[in-house]
Amino acid sequence: MKIARQLVDSVKPHFEKGGKLEKFHPAFDALETFLFVPGSTTRHGVHIRDAMDMKRTMFTVIIALIPTLLFGMWNVGYQHYRAYGMEMSLFDNFMFGFWKVLPIVIVSYAVGLGVEFLFAIVRNHQVSEGYLVTGLLIPLTLPVTIPLWMVALAAVFCTLLGKEIFGGTGMNFMNPALLARAFLFFAFPAYMSGDVWTDLSPEPGHAIVDAYSGATNLVAFDTNYRQMASVPGMFWGIEQGSIGETSVFACLLGAFILIITGVGSWKIIASCFAGAWVMGAFLNLVAPVELINNAMHTPAYYHWLLGGFAFGAVYMATDPVSAAQTERGKWVYGLLIGAFTVILRVFNPAYPEGVMLSILLMNVFAPLIDYVVVEQHIKNRVKRA
Amino acid sequence: MAKPIAIKKGFDIKLAGSPNKTLSDTPLSDVVALRPPDFPEVIPKVLVEPGTDVLAGQAIYFDKNRPDLRFTSPVSGEVVEVVRGEKRRILEIRILPDKGDSRYVEFARTNPAQLDRQELIEQLSESGCWAYIRQRPFSLIADPLDTPKAIFVSCFDTAPLAPDLSYIIGFEKENFLTGLAALRQLANGNLHLSFGRSLPESLTEAELEPLGRVHYFQGPHPAGNVGVQIHHIDPIQKGDIVWYVHPQDVIIIGRLFREGRYRADRIIALTGSSVTAPQYFRMATGQRISSITEGRVAGDAFVRYIQGNVLTGQTSAPTEFLSFYTNQLTLIPEGNEPEFLGWLLPGLGKLSLSRTFFSWLTPTRTYNLDTNLHGEERAFVLTGQYDKVLPMNIYPVHLLKAILARDIERMEQLGIYEVSEEDFALCEFVCTSKIDVQRIIAEGLQYARQEG
Repeated sequence: MKIARQLVDSVKPHFEKGGKLEKFHPAFDALETFLFVPGSTTRHGVHIRDAMDMKRTMFTVIIALIPTLLFGMWNVGYQHYRAYGMEMSLFDNFMFGFWKVLPIVIVSYAVGLGVEFLFAIVRNHQVSEGYLVTGLLIPLTLPVTIPLWMVALAAVFCTLLGKEIFGGTGMNFMNPALLARAFLFFAFPAYMSGDVWTDLSPEPGHAIVDAYSGATNLVAFDTNYRQMASVPGMFWGIEQGSIGETSVFACLLGAFILIITGVGSWKIIASCFAGAWVMGAFLNLVAPVELINNAMHTPAYYHWLLGGFAFGAVYMATDPVSAAQTERGKWVYGLLIGAFTVILRVFNPAYPEGVMLSILLMNVFAPLIDYVVVEQHIKNRVKRA
Repeated sequence: MAKPIAIKKGFDIKLAGSPNKTLSDTPLSDVVALRPPDFPEVIPKVLVEPGTDVLAGQAIYFDKNRPDLRFTSPVSGEVVEVVRGEKRRILEIRILPDKGDSRYVEFARTNPAQLDRQELIEQLSESGCWAYIRQRPFSLIADPLDTPKAIFVSCFDTAPLAPDLSYIIGFEKENFLTGLAALRQLANGNLHLSFGRSLPESLTEAELEPLGRVHYFQGPHPAGNVGVQIHHIDPIQKGDIVWYVHPQDVIIIGRLFREGRYRADRIIALTGSSVTAPQYFRMATGQRISSITEGRVAGDAFVRYIQGNVLTGQTSAPTEFLSFYTNQLTLIPEGNEPEFLGWLLPGLGKLSLSRTFFSWLTPTRTYNLDTNLHGEERAFVLTGQYDKVLPMNIYPVHLLKAILARDIERMEQLGIYEVSEEDFALCEFVCTSKIDVQRIIAEGLQYARQEG
């Protein structure tokens, strides 16, 4: 620790004003503050400060993402071996997934942080911590078979058009990670839907089993909702899907961490789930009786378990920058995300994953929701007079 | 006893170093100083020069814009120096106090309830006591030409390590009641007194009821802030003016009428984790800070001297002098050491309103916090943090953004006139993005005063 400090101090002068590498000060500053919480003290206003900062906040979200990452790695391996009809140990399944997922994560971080650093140096501002979370969210929302160059492209798109053109973390109005996924979804549909969810790299001596089907529950459910995986399977996440999205259980663990620490808004998470259930139940009531397999008949709580709903509600909708910012607005925002997700799923088979689009849609509407809430607040204040 | 007003939002910062209930007298220091910069907006015109012999209660300077607003000497003695800073701005007027007993300007000894409002204002202005009466909005010295909607006195302090005002009032109950009687007269009967869970042992409701309405507040800091109390009792609208006075200043006003003298000594709480034995001291306004801190500083780390509490106080130096409104001195260690991977550690000794550090598992412990910023300034990211510690019907972030945008109409709609910097101090404390919330509010108030 002392050695690290000495090392940092010895190279520091080069990056200060007038030093040889002055231009790279933002990059140096990012690394220095990563290693050491700076010794800067309060100057005006309060003399003591809460210990939490942006790094701790982002770090907490990463901790909350770890269950989905670990489970996702295992599931990638499990789905792979299942397609070949092979029974493998927990460890083998995990290691297969680990080696498949790790490059995606590394590319996402390397490219995204590269762009962030570049921007910080060119624009001469500090590197913000936002990408620490975004860089992990992107891989978790992609199929494991995604080509790495597409991951890189998504990371660039996300950082540039999702964030930096608006002024960096805190200024963007849409969730950057989700924007990256939407970009890939519309730009390369062949790699983002259809038979992409399971890694089918050949296993010597084994052939793909006859019963294998690449269709996810979301596809199955549009034709006949009764053909989906079992409810426990969907809850625990032993099904095909994007790397991190399949396990509702892992997402709930993450939600628990986010809510306990106060980093994620419980109001948004709860209202997303409530909105989906209410809309699902409503569709049950109006579903045509003669079409017994119609998706409208899907039991309302299935929508919680299907696809990436839980992942979206817990990790994506709660992004404080792009969500509604007033406490009342958060309820409305979450309810609408839940309801729109179900509507998109049930009525638009072209976009099976409704949660991504409905969160992006509500990101756009969040300022309007806040506007209405604040106007109402002002009216109440005047009335009190 | 009336039903207490429950304050749910807020946070009690539990620091080490709260004062013991012992009171020591402090001999007058070698030099005592008046500090015109204590009063924003006052342009001092000095009436004395080095060598002038002055009595306690004699005018030393007045405000150029309001000649009735006089500032008087807290002690008798000889003026020794007028200290000026940049652009010849007057920083201090130093007085060498008499060695023996103080000599006083004698004012009328009267029952304030028998004076009419104008006579009261005259005596308060004459003696220099008017400066103790301040107004909201803007937290400036009140204008005697205004008629306030009401006067508020918050008789309890919930700030970190705050002095126990019940203990202080207990020493001079009669002066306190006389001071309140004067304020009642000024407020045309609309005097509001706020207490915590209960009245000080020395006072009874029967004594207070004839003077003003008694309110009880229950809940965490900032329940003791007068601005929060005004908001819950009788909120300020555009155009309204209310006045407020600190209980120690009420006592000084009471002395003026009971003793006929301007006796400006008060009880200061010396607090904080860098003090060896935190306790109370009786000392004169304008005394050197070192006269009570010398020999009482613990440890050898760099120490920050704060006039006031850790949320709203001013950074000071031991050689500086006690400000006009100071009732508390806080000494805490400076936190200028970088911390290796500080954002990653479990953080058992770190205080956070969030539960991102494991210290939340031990809610009752007290903390020895230093002045470290714990991070760097960022854009607004997290939402809902400020709402948890601001017990007012105000949307803090939207108000701050209206101020940053200099949108006066929006600021008024969102309640700029109801707030003061101190009400937002906890918002600044909890802010993950390390934004200078109080400074933004101060800018907003300044702007509203010029444009509104």
